[in-house]
Amino acid sequence: MSAAEETIQERTAALKGLGTSRKRVEDARFTQGKGNYVDDIKMPDMLFGDFVRSPYAHARVKSIDSSAAMAVPGVIAVLTAQDLEPLSLHWMPTLAGDKQMVLADGKVLFQGQEVAFVVAEDRYIAADAVDLVQVEYEELPVLVDPFKAELPDAPVLREDIADATEGAHGPRRHPNHIFTWEQGDKSATEAVLAEAPVVAEEMVYYHRTHPCPMETCGAVASMDKVNGKLTLWGTFQAPHVVRTVASLLSGIAEHNIRVVSPDIGGGFGNKVGVYPGYVCAIVASIVTGQPVKWIEDRMENLSATAFARDYWMKGKIAATDDGKILGLWCHTTADHGAFDACADPTKYPAGFMNICTGSYDIPMAYLAVDGIYTNKAPGGVAYRCSFRVTEAAYFIERMIEVLAIKLNMDAAELRAKNFIRKDQFPYHSALGWEYDSGDYHTAWNKALEAVNYTGLRAEQAQQVEDFKAGKTRKLMGIGLCHFTEIVGAGPVKNCDILGMGMFDSCEIRIHPTGSAIARLGTISQGQGHATTFAQILASEIGISADDITVEEGDTDTAPYGLGTYGSRSTPVAGAATAMAGRKIRAKAQMIAAYLLEVHDNDIEWEVDRFVVKGAPERFKTMKEVAFASYTQVIPGVEPGLEAVSYYDPPNMTYPFGAYICVMDIDVDTGESDIRQFYALDDCGTRINPMIIEGQVHGGLTEALAIALGQEIAYDELGNVKTGSLMDFFIPTSWETPNYQTDFTETPSPHHPIGAKGVGESPNVGGVPAFSNAINDAFRAFGLTHTHMPHDHWRIWKTANDLGLHS
Amino acid sequence: MSKTTIKLNVNGQSVEAQAEPRELLIHVLREQLQITGPHIGCETSHCGACTVDIDGKSIKSCTLFAIQAQGSEITTIEGLGNPDKLHVLQEKFKEHHGLQCGYCTPGMITRAHRLLEENPNPTEEDVRFGIAGNLCRCTGYQNIVKAVMAAADELNQPEAVA
Ligand code: FES
Ligand code: FES
Repeated sequence: MSAAEETIQERTAALKGLGTSRKRVEDARFTQGKGNYVDDIKMPDMLFGDFVRSPYAHARVKSIDSSAAMAVPGVIAVLTAQDLEPLSLHWMPTLAGDKQMVLADGKVLFQGQEVAFVVAEDRYIAADAVDLVQVEYEELPVLVDPFKAELPDAPVLREDIADATEGAHGPRRHPNHIFTWEQGDKSATEAVLAEAPVVAEEMVYYHRTHPCPMETCGAVASMDKVNGKLTLWGTFQAPHVVRTVASLLSGIAEHNIRVVSPDIGGGFGNKVGVYPGYVCAIVASIVTGQPVKWIEDRMENLSATAFARDYWMKGKIAATDDGKILGLWCHTTADHGAFDACADPTKYPAGFMNICTGSYDIPMAYLAVDGIYTNKAPGGVAYRCSFRVTEAAYFIERMIEVLAIKLNMDAAELRAKNFIRKDQFPYHSALGWEYDSGDYHTAWNKALEAVNYTGLRAEQAQQVEDFKAGKTRKLMGIGLCHFTEIVGAGPVKNCDILGMGMFDSCEIRIHPTGSAIARLGTISQGQGHATTFAQILASEIGISADDITVEEGDTDTAPYGLGTYGSRSTPVAGAATAMAGRKIRAKAQMIAAYLLEVHDNDIEWEVDRFVVKGAPERFKTMKEVAFASYTQVIPGVEPGLEAVSYYDPPNMTYPFGAYICVMDIDVDTGESDIRQFYALDDCGTRINPMIIEGQVHGGLTEALAIALGQEIAYDELGNVKTGSLMDFFIPTSWETPNYQTDFTETPSPHHPIGAKGVGESPNVGGVPAFSNAINDAFRAFGLTHTHMPHDHWRIWKTANDLGLHS
Repeated sequence: MSKTTIKLNVNGQSVEAQAEPRELLIHVLREQLQITGPHIGCETSHCGACTVDIDGKSIKSCTLFAIQAQGSEITTIEGLGNPDKLHVLQEKFKEHHGLQCGYCTPGMITRAHRLLEENPNPTEEDVRFGIAGNLCRCTGYQNIVKAVMAAADELNQPEAVA
């Protein structure tokens, strides 16, 4: 069959473009054990670095004696803050405008803090030497409770900035206070609360947890002294930013630094920041002239790299007697640990917490967030969410439930009554966002019908009766959630990280024979970018996705971009890809017109070719045009077919979804069993449904973990109690249910292809759905709210406190 | 520390390594024998990323000193299939989107391979129980389970036996 005889449908299908469940191109190497992760990198003469870490949460470092360690054969160096100080590398900037010790300078501020860096010939020798470094500490009083940070007897943690009354985000009122961030109208909101017929109040705690990707963080630094070039491979979700930071820190010119993110074994926010291990590996390589590898172990990963959440959210929500919401008030105490190392855009010290009005039309709102230092590991990263959006969604979705209880109203009905209506978009929220598009009522009704919500409530009521009558010891919880995300950071006018605008980029080259390579500023950590970005491009330029290579993560070849986190790849780099594709097409159109001997305006684009209007038999395919661009003189047109786009999004995107979880709870053991989980996601235009579903399954399982048991817990001395996978809960295949996925499709009006991003929605919406199910199970017995994580012990305790065991 | 010569048969080839008594098998495989398919996710026997097959059993290779494997037959992900002839599980993981970042995948497939040898007709429950020693942070397991079930089906087709 000739190209002309194929139908438009056949030609479209052959592209494997938008909307196709295309199989992943990444899988061949991963399924055969041929991935290339940072710990797989080996170089001649490579050394291995390992940290001496603090056993104390707060202590002065009196002395460090590394003589015994240095005596071990194979130990090359032991670096301390004193060694780094002359290079000005003993402290480094965090992404949140704070600074962080690379190696303990005078004192330690959290358990597991990096004190010295041992460099040795292999990892066993390094570990031996770590044990032999003698550090003398003087213990100091420990601060673990953020609510005690400003009491008169509170220890001052950050002596380096104790007197600074101004921080990166405005005035500081106490040495342990980092910032106060206020949004909305305080007095007007308080006036609404004072006059409202109904006000519900609750303290909602989103506990400290951790992204814990299966691969820990690590790096290999190689300083080539001959050429003056530094190469750094590592687990970087934002390699270009790492290069800029490395250049600023080391003084090595940016063009002499090459940062490479090889395959990354999951990130989830854990690999956005810059860690002392990266800096020490660089310094050690500069000092020794040999490549140096640093790979953290799991305990180090859980106790010293970026935690997430730890928000104490005090809320008040006002409504009319019949459930129309009038106002929302929130004060959050944010426990940041020893350094403010959030990865939020500069102007948003509490991320996008001001999306906390959620899916609801709330006329008046006020939010204040106080950032506090404690003796815990730094972080506060966006763990599979866009900058504090999970916290915001959990807060509002719990407050809705609490309000429903106060009103004695069905929580599904209360939501529907207050949703932003379809005709209100673009919608301006009371806390300053412009929601791009949505159709919440349609999604919600679809979800309620899919699970037979009315039937479930009837069954639940019957079960409560049976429980009271002694016929069963099980209760049933129905967890509802309608979340609105805000992703795709973001417009350069208000989003930057360390001053770098949060645009992203794509560069495309079409080869003479009509295949292509696209390079992006983002980096996949399992999201399948090499598969999906090729699909976006295939639909734009009419070349099959199978003929397009996608490359990311090498700063020497990829265009500058801010990386992958906060569900920003599709909204920002995906848009850049489409725009670069359109530039290719614009040039190709001129070439095609020349080849067809007609005016540019007399041809039109059709799937994979330019066709002369009114003469469908006269056409040039993109492949033919590509070949011509390299082989023929086209008057007035440069040879070759390439384009680059740096995309500055005009707005964020606002994916949303309706999730319903049905849970059975054993009152006597506290065990919970997920009977059903229905997840409807609306992420705008769907690029690859198979990958979307996979993202939803994975995100929901992380949500399950967080809601039902996973936490980073400290004792009163600041000891980490959950430092291994023994104590830090990751669900196995046994606890994890099958999920039912569904969708509606409301494109983003401002994104070139209407896509909104999905990777984080299931975590944002999943946590409230699971938690609401647990809380809901006990609603009939007088429970208003109980804190996560809802592990079996806590559920049992809730039942016990409610008198259900007597 | 003094080293001992360890003789192994890895993926059908006789190999030798020099290891200290305390060296973990996963480190010897990865660092000396260049077998980097099995990964390290914890080094405390919790995650299963390091799973290999030793004398017909699934073993977390961070749980074993290399010397304990002296003389044994080891199969890793590298030995299950090759680019010209993939193992059915490797095909099914791709077909059913049973992997994302790929970090757990070698251990997961190696474990699933042994599971299907032990139980060629597993129920979904059997699969979920049988791979519960292998953690995955990305997929939520749903598609992994699907892939393993599909592989079992295909292996049970008469022509696959031949
Ligand atoms: S590395 Fe062996 S079980 Fe995790
Ligand atoms: S695919 Fe990433 S851990 Fe399983």
